[in-house]
Amino acid sequence: MSDTTEQTGGAKRNVWYDPDARLKKRHAADMRLRAYGIAAIIFALGMLATLIGTILITAAPAVTQTMVTFEVEVPEGSVDPDNPSGASYQTMLNASIARIFPDVDTPRERRELRQLFSNGGQYQLRDQILADPSVIGGTVSIAFPLSDIGDQLHKGVIDRNLPPDFRRVSDTQIGWYDVLVERGQISAPLNWGLIFNADSRFPELAGLKGALVGSFYALLICFLISFPVGIAAAVYLEEFAPKNRLTDLIEVNINNLAAVPSIVFGLLGLAVFLNFFGMPRSAPVVGGLVLSLMTLPTIIIATRAALKAVPPSIREAAIGVGASKMQTVGHHVLPLAMPGILTGTIIGLAQALGETAPLLLIGMNAFITAAPDSMFNPSTALPTQIYIWADSPERGFTSRTSAAIIVLLGFLITMNAIAIYMRKRFERKW
Amino acid sequence: MAKTVEKADVLTDTAPRTAGHEVKVAARDVSVYYGDKQALIDVTIDIPARQVMAFIGPSGCGKSTFLRCINRMNDTIDICSVKGRIEVDGVNIYDPKIDPVLLRARVGMVFQKPNPFPKSIYDNIAYGPRIHGKAKAGSEMDAIVEKSLRRAGLWNEVKDRLKEPGIGLSGGQQQRLCIARAIAVNPEIILMDEPCSALDPIATAKVEELIDELRERYTIVIVTHSMQQAARVSQRAAFFHLGNLVEEGETERMFTNPSDQRTQDYITGRFG
Repeated sequence: MSDTTEQTGGAKRNVWYDPDARLKKRHAADMRLRAYGIAAIIFALGMLATLIGTILITAAPAVTQTMVTFEVEVPEGSVDPDNPSGASYQTMLNASIARIFPDVDTPRERRELRQLFSNGGQYQLRDQILADPSVIGGTVSIAFPLSDIGDQLHKGVIDRNLPPDFRRVSDTQIGWYDVLVERGQISAPLNWGLIFNADSRFPELAGLKGALVGSFYALLICFLISFPVGIAAAVYLEEFAPKNRLTDLIEVNINNLAAVPSIVFGLLGLAVFLNFFGMPRSAPVVGGLVLSLMTLPTIIIATRAALKAVPPSIREAAIGVGASKMQTVGHHVLPLAMPGILTGTIIGLAQALGETAPLLLIGMNAFITAAPDSMFNPSTALPTQIYIWADSPERGFTSRTSAAIIVLLGFLITMNAIAIYMRKRFERKW
Repeated sequence: MAKTVEKADVLTDTAPRTAGHEVKVAARDVSVYYGDKQALIDVTIDIPARQVMAFIGPSGCGKSTFLRCINRMNDTIDICSVKGRIEVDGVNIYDPKIDPVLLRARVGMVFQKPNPFPKSIYDNIAYGPRIHGKAKAGSEMDAIVEKSLRRAGLWNEVKDRLKEPGIGLSGGQQQRLCIARAIAVNPEIILMDEPCSALDPIATAKVEELIDELRERYTIVIVTHSMQQAARVSQRAAFFHLGNLVEEGETERMFTNPSDQRTQDYITGRFG
């Protein structure tokens, strides 16, 4: 028994079960460290939840778009299908609006009434008539967006209980809106325009199509350049280059390049691609080139790490049966490193997708109301579109900015998820 | 008279095998440097054809380094330089005109840790013949794969699952797969760098048995840490110590009557 008990301060203590003060202190330190860690994680998750929560709440109104439905009379001879621009669609639209509100007759009131409806109605009417010329001489039912103020009023973003001076809708406009609601002409379907429309001054018409297409082209260029060049550079440096001062210098500089602030790449793109080579301003092709400069170091570093992770025994095995260096790399090392390379590439591209600063400098924050037809046409990209919308004063852009952020985050999360999936799926153990 | 004849018979049987076998590999004053460090000092040795030669010695004595010189595996290490001559069938393999890729097709290698390619069993064997253009895909390649696996004593165990990954085999099977892979390119010499050190005793016994069979056709050089293994599988042995080739001769004599004190100390377990 003398082994398991000892005399401390008069009390008998079992050394197997009762820790002494020193041990207690050590355990306490362990617990404290764990508590700090958990607290840090809770803090981080809280911040993330706040961020995502705020974005989601702000974006909620942009999920739907308030539409108004009208029966529009298209008089015989008013539209010439061969020369559609000769007709006045706004007049036809105004006529059907006036039928519902016959009392509105002063120019001031008419202007006020028109403010309730989107400017895009007339173009939609034109497109609808041209798509189906048989309606000429009859009526056509057209659902088009309410203007920003109508939209915000419908969604309750503009509080109708505020005194008239404090809101952007007048009492008469609220009255007209109520009439339309009563007649069942107001609806709020899902806001597909947010994805399928190009940008516009009017929030109810603005969408991300141009930005999505622009980002797609830019990423395509970025991938086409940085993937092959990055892999070639990494394979050469890792497998073929002699280890000397020059290659050390190159390696250090590649690592430095990865740490260069992105705006510097933007300046470089501006000076070299736009001013020296005279490439088109605001074009996704230039955006892609600039982004590929940024993505290259990421891909090179990821590829080198993936190549390093291929066990030397595989190289020895290949060389041992008489494979040349090129065959060893091409048949064995590179295929085994490919999952790692692809993971690095996707993460690099995800970074490029979210990059804003270099695109601002090459003019991809221009206001462009049509999606680009090719990668040489001016366009925006997702992050720069967010930047433009965040800068716009109309209330509708507040929610649309957040909605665009969600779209961007959605793409980023998807890309990262693919990267994680590939890493897990193709992870190999030797 | 009869007695002398008998003696002569004994002599031919126990005299250096080089007398009865042609020399396959001849090394002359081979020194190897890793940067400034000399790992091998003036090694001169003849390796006879169709026998098993074992390289023994304590860790870091240079035996693996020398083995890897014979198929120029050391070329892949940047800082490694080799001086001296190594001849295979009388041709200096360090001649600048010699292509190491072709050399390695004639001098196969089996490594310490089984290292099958992460491909199917079939593709593991077929890879070598394919890159050397030794067989067309199809029945010709099938025949090579079967022959190699049969020679490696693996055919019966894997014939029904040739399409399965080589990594899925047991350690011993993997090592025999690697031997089959080396055989598939039809080499004349097979170098084995501690081929059994990662295997259990039963797998080791199988590989040793295989080595014994293979020496009918191939010249085998094996590096081993196990004295017993050297005694079991080899006809000749070479003892390396601190980069020097201390002693070389018939295995039986080496283990019973070493001529150098260091050899004596090593094989009796006094160091190493």
